[in-house]
Amino acid sequence: MSPADFAFYLLAGLTLLCGFLVVANPFSRSPVTSAMFLVLTIICLAGLFVLLHAFFLAAVQILVYAGAVMVLFLFVIMLLDLKEEDRRKFNRFGVGAGLASVAGLAGVLVLSVLKGRAAPGGINPSLEGSTSALGRVLFTEFVLPFEVVSLVLLVAMVGVILLSKKDLQ
Amino acid sequence: MKVGLEHYLVVSGLLFCLGVLGVILRRNLLVLYMSLELMLNAANLALVAFSRFNDHLNGQVMVFFIITVAAAEVAVGLALIVALYRKRQSAHVEDLASLKL
Repeated sequence: MSPADFAFYLLAGLTLLCGFLVVANPFSRSPVTSAMFLVLTIICLAGLFVLLHAFFLAAVQILVYAGAVMVLFLFVIMLLDLKEEDRRKFNRFGVGAGLASVAGLAGVLVLSVLKGRAAPGGINPSLEGSTSALGRVLFTEFVLPFEVVSLVLLVAMVGVILLSKKDLQ
Repeated sequence: MKVGLEHYLVVSGLLFCLGVLGVILRRNLLVLYMSLELMLNAANLALVAFSRFNDHLNGQVMVFFIITVAAAEVAVGLALIVALYRKRQSAHVEDLASLKL
């Protein structure tokens, strides 16, 4: 097994483990623990992006997700100060039905992947997702969606300011 | 065994299922949002893998847009949660069931 393959298995296992600990941590049901494991999941995913030669996206993943989004999450968790999570009981029927449906979904997804044919370029992939290559595509072919996304961010920002104002006239 | 596209897709599918599991099982709105993030990240991983193994950069551009929209969604969603918490003093889905029939 080559070092890259070993890194893939290590990072994939860590990603799935940390992802599981986000949704169902047996030791703690506090949202803070979930957020911390989500940060670990995101960092492992950035490692997988590096293995796929998507270097710019790996950097953006760390900066935007692990940096900005998770800080926002933690800030809101600390602001709300939730304490009543632990004394709530799970609905047993709901848990059973949810587990069964998710297991079915996982089976369908994995089976469809394993039964599919390999991509034509899959033998010797040569794509490099460096900043300059991605930037060239982004500012030539995808310049209109790029501008639209900036508008989406502006609208989201204005919406958040309006939502968090105390008294709207 | 050499790592190929299907390995990444299996990891992405399982991560997506973990996100669905979180949305179904957890009752805390904040953890629900984190599960949504897990699902978006699973889709990102699949797109980057497709991009790499098809020798095309469009998948990575799509991931860039997904990250941007996810950031906007988190900002608006967390503002909504804070506004709801101010009114109801709770961030549990059972306590926010006023739209239920």
